[in-house]
This record gives sequence, C-alpha cells and structure tokens, in this order.
Amino acid sequence: MSTITTTVAPTKLWGGGKSPFNVEYGKLMMWYFLMSDAFTFGAFLIAYGTTRFASNGWPNPNEVFRSFPFAPEGVHAPLVFVSVMTFILIISSVTMVLAVHAGKKMDKQAVVKNLILTIIGGIAFLSCQAWEWNHLHNEGAWWGANPFLNADGSQSLNHFTNFFFTITGFHGFHVLSGVVINIVMLIMTLTDKFEQRGHYLMIEKAGLYWHFVDLVWVFVFTCFYLI
Amino acid sequence: MAHSADALHHDDSATVKEIWKVTGILSLLTIVELILGFWMMGISSTGMIMTIKGSIVILMIAKAFYIVAYFMHLKHEVKNLIMTIVVPLALFIWFIIAFLYEGNSYKDLKNRYDPYKKQQTEIKVQKNEEVKESKKSAE
Repeated sequence: MSTITTTVAPTKLWGGGKSPFNVEYGKLMMWYFLMSDAFTFGAFLIAYGTTRFASNGWPNPNEVFRSFPFAPEGVHAPLVFVSVMTFILIISSVTMVLAVHAGKKMDKQAVVKNLILTIIGGIAFLSCQAWEWNHLHNEGAWWGANPFLNADGSQSLNHFTNFFFTITGFHGFHVLSGVVINIVMLIMTLTDKFEQRGHYLMIEKAGLYWHFVDLVWVFVFTCFYLI
Repeated sequence: MAHSADALHHDDSATVKEIWKVTGILSLLTIVELILGFWMMGISSTGMIMTIKGSIVILMIAKAFYIVAYFMHLKHEVKNLIMTIVVPLALFIWFIIAFLYEGNSYKDLKNRYDPYKKQQTEIKVQKNEEVKESKKSAE
C-alpha cells in the first residue's frame, strides 16, 4: 500500500457512499462519452489511413489546400489558412479553460466573458471551414467527385475527397454542437442558474466536450493537411 | 480563515500560470509542426520525408497529451479514473498498426498479381486547367 500517493486512501474511495473516481456522475459519463467518440473518430481516421496505404498514389495536400480568402488569383499559400484555423481552435480552448477556472471561483463576470470569447472562436472556426468547403466545391471537389491528381500526376480516386469531406464534416458538426452547448451554458450563466445551484460544474462538462473538439482537430489537421 | 483564503489565492495563480504555460507549449508544438510541413515541401528524398512525417506524428501525440492532461484536467484526477480512460484507448496501438499493415499488404499483393491494374494507375493525366488551355490553343 506504500506505492499509492493519492491523498485519499483507496480503501475510503472504494468503501461506498461516494464515487470511487472522486468525480460527480455527470463528469464521469462525459468522459465515457468522449472515449466512445474518440473511437468513432479513430475508426474514421484509421479507415482513411488504411485506404491511403492501399493506394498507389495520393494527392499532395499542399497542392490541394493552398487557397486563402481574399488572396489574389494565382497566389498559392499552402498550410497558411489551416494554421489560422488551428490557432483559432487552440485559443478558444484556452478561453474555455479560463471559463471553467472562473466557474470554480464562482466568478460570474469572468465566466460570461470567457464563454463569449469561446463562442466567437467556435463561430470563427466554422466560418473558416465553410469558406474552405465552398472553395473546394467550386473547384469541383465533393463527395464522389475528385478534380485533383495524385502527387505523381496519375488519376486520383474519389477516396480522397470522400474521406476529407466526411471527416472534416463530422468534426465540423462537433464544433457546431459545441458552440450550441456553449451558448446554452452562457444563457444559463446569465440567468443565474448556476448561482442558484451553488456551483458551475455544468461548465466543466461543456469544457471537456469543447477540449475534445480541439483534440480531434489536432489529429485531423495532422492527418489531412500536414502528412 | 485568512490563512485558507491566502492558500486559495496561491492555488489560483498557480493554476492560471499552468494554463498559460500549456498554451505556450501547444503553440510552440504547432509552430514546429508547421515549420516541418513547410520544410517538407522542398524535399524530394522519400526517406527524409518519412522521417519528417514521423516527427510530425510524435509532435501530434505530444499535443494530444497536453490537451488531455492539462486542459481536460485528466492528470489531476484520481488514478482509477485515469486508468479507466487510458487503458481502453490503448487498443488504438494495435488498431493502427494492424490496419495500416493490412492496407500496405493489400496494395503490394494487388500490384504483384494484377500488373494491368497497376499500369492503369500509373498513367499520367493532364490537369483540368492544362486540358482547357490546350483546347483553347487548338481552337
């Protein structure tokens, strides 16, 4: 028993009367939901990887994702727009942590401020993605249509666009749900729902979901745009 | 009473400091990833490209660790909770290795036993823009 360093003795944790995980029920269930969601995203990304490994050629992402809003015709800026999207999501994740932290201190003003910033970040990300989808669609890319060639100049299959739109679409839908959840949290904060309850634990659960969305983007960004 | 308030305040500033430190680390890792990505564009050697891609994947996993451990606060939870989340996710190690190996093996077998198909996938095609331009010049 000398190896256990936690302050709460394990016998007390498993003695009944409280959660052996030392968290409330809702937060534990949020963790399990996120774990199952991680498997869904993981399955999508692994299917993408398997298909890519099974193909003789694949388009070069730097030749596909090279556009930027308001850029003049013919100017190619690979990786630039997607870096902007990545930083938007990281910053919105930081403001979400600050909102959760403010909630622990029962600081309503700071919770409202940081939640609004997080919502703005989420909407900004969604706008970027909408622009990119629209741009690719105008280039002729969609589910079942791939105008791009493989890196070696041979004909590319539709797998590339199918996986791209399915996975970024599924992620974008998660971002959209996250924004809606955050707006609900904002309304509940403004109407003093959490003040009446005496705690802001709900914000923590919304925060976990929002960080998960950021986490998935780390993988999507790497798998589609970088490598 | 004053003592406990002071302890709370100290804890508060430490937490905020940790949040900004992790933000800095995440930004730094992203910038390194992007530098590697830009660097990779000008390289033609396959071995070098694979090395850079491998480094990017390692950086990606480091980023994921920082988000889960600090932003999602998992590092500060009880060990039981950490294990119930992390151990099932270890399935991904087998998952990734098995499926990528399978995809690669499928490609190799297909190329070996169906050379006609392989030839078909190697035909170079003109880009749409080039096709349009050549049509224009023909007119």
